[in-house]
Amino acid sequence: MAHAAVMHPPAEAQVGSGVYNEKLGMWVFLGSEVMFFTALIGSYIILRFAHPEAWQAPGEVLAIPITAVNTFLLICSSVTMVKAFAAAQDGNQKALPLWLLATVIIGATFVGIQAYEYSELIHHGFVPSEGLYGSTFYIMTGFHGFHVSMGVLCLIFVTWKAFRGKYTVADHRGVEVVGLYWHFVDLVWIILFTIVYLI
Amino acid sequence: MEQVQHRKHPNYLAVFLGLAILTAFELGIAFLPWSKRTIVLLLIGLAVWKALLVGLYFMHLKFESNRIRILAVAPLPLAVILVVAVMTEWIW
Repeated sequence: MAHAAVMHPPAEAQVGSGVYNEKLGMWVFLGSEVMFFTALIGSYIILRFAHPEAWQAPGEVLAIPITAVNTFLLICSSVTMVKAFAAAQDGNQKALPLWLLATVIIGATFVGIQAYEYSELIHHGFVPSEGLYGSTFYIMTGFHGFHVSMGVLCLIFVTWKAFRGKYTVADHRGVEVVGLYWHFVDLVWIILFTIVYLI
Repeated sequence: MEQVQHRKHPNYLAVFLGLAILTAFELGIAFLPWSKRTIVLLLIGLAVWKALLVGLYFMHLKFESNRIRILAVAPLPLAVILVVAVMTEWIW
């Protein structure tokens, strides 16, 4: 199958799981992250059903234009990340670090815009202690922003290794594993952007 | 210098355009003068669609073994159980 050729395994697969340990570990970790964000999002849904009056209409408090730009940026960073992985699969040592660097820059920009958004909201009196609306907003988007920040730090390390030519066609596990985490963070934001800002 | 091998990769650009277009749809739908229920259902549907695109193509679940797919999907029923159980707490 054509695509089977695409998925050149970046390292020896382990018997039983069929993938190498780091990748298996990342998927198990992402499973726990699903439960983590489920707890936050689930609580948000339940509180919003129980006390709809505590929330404002979309766009009245939260700035949708700037977060729409931020959403688009995170989608772009997912593309640069997956292009980096494709370059690693192809053994393209020139393109790999550049795509990774682009992902770092866009990811850091996302965190910067979110910090700016927070400063504006707090300046206008929308603080965590404001009530259900404020506390759920800052808890969910704050934890997501924290996850993005950690992802940027990991990407900086992987980018540094890529610039030193440490990843090859035969072994580029670091690129794939950090990519899985990065795409997961993008996926969570896709859900958060919809339920927090647009509904 | 390692020889660059040009393999066939999924069409990442098409997935990107799909995500961008769906996000634009979401922004448009969010402010239409329709019933709240309709808007919420549409928005959640679009969000799930985008999440699937990211999971299938960017996280490569479309090309992974069933074991990894099962591992990736396993937490979702638990997530649904958590939310539904707490939402129906007053029944217990």
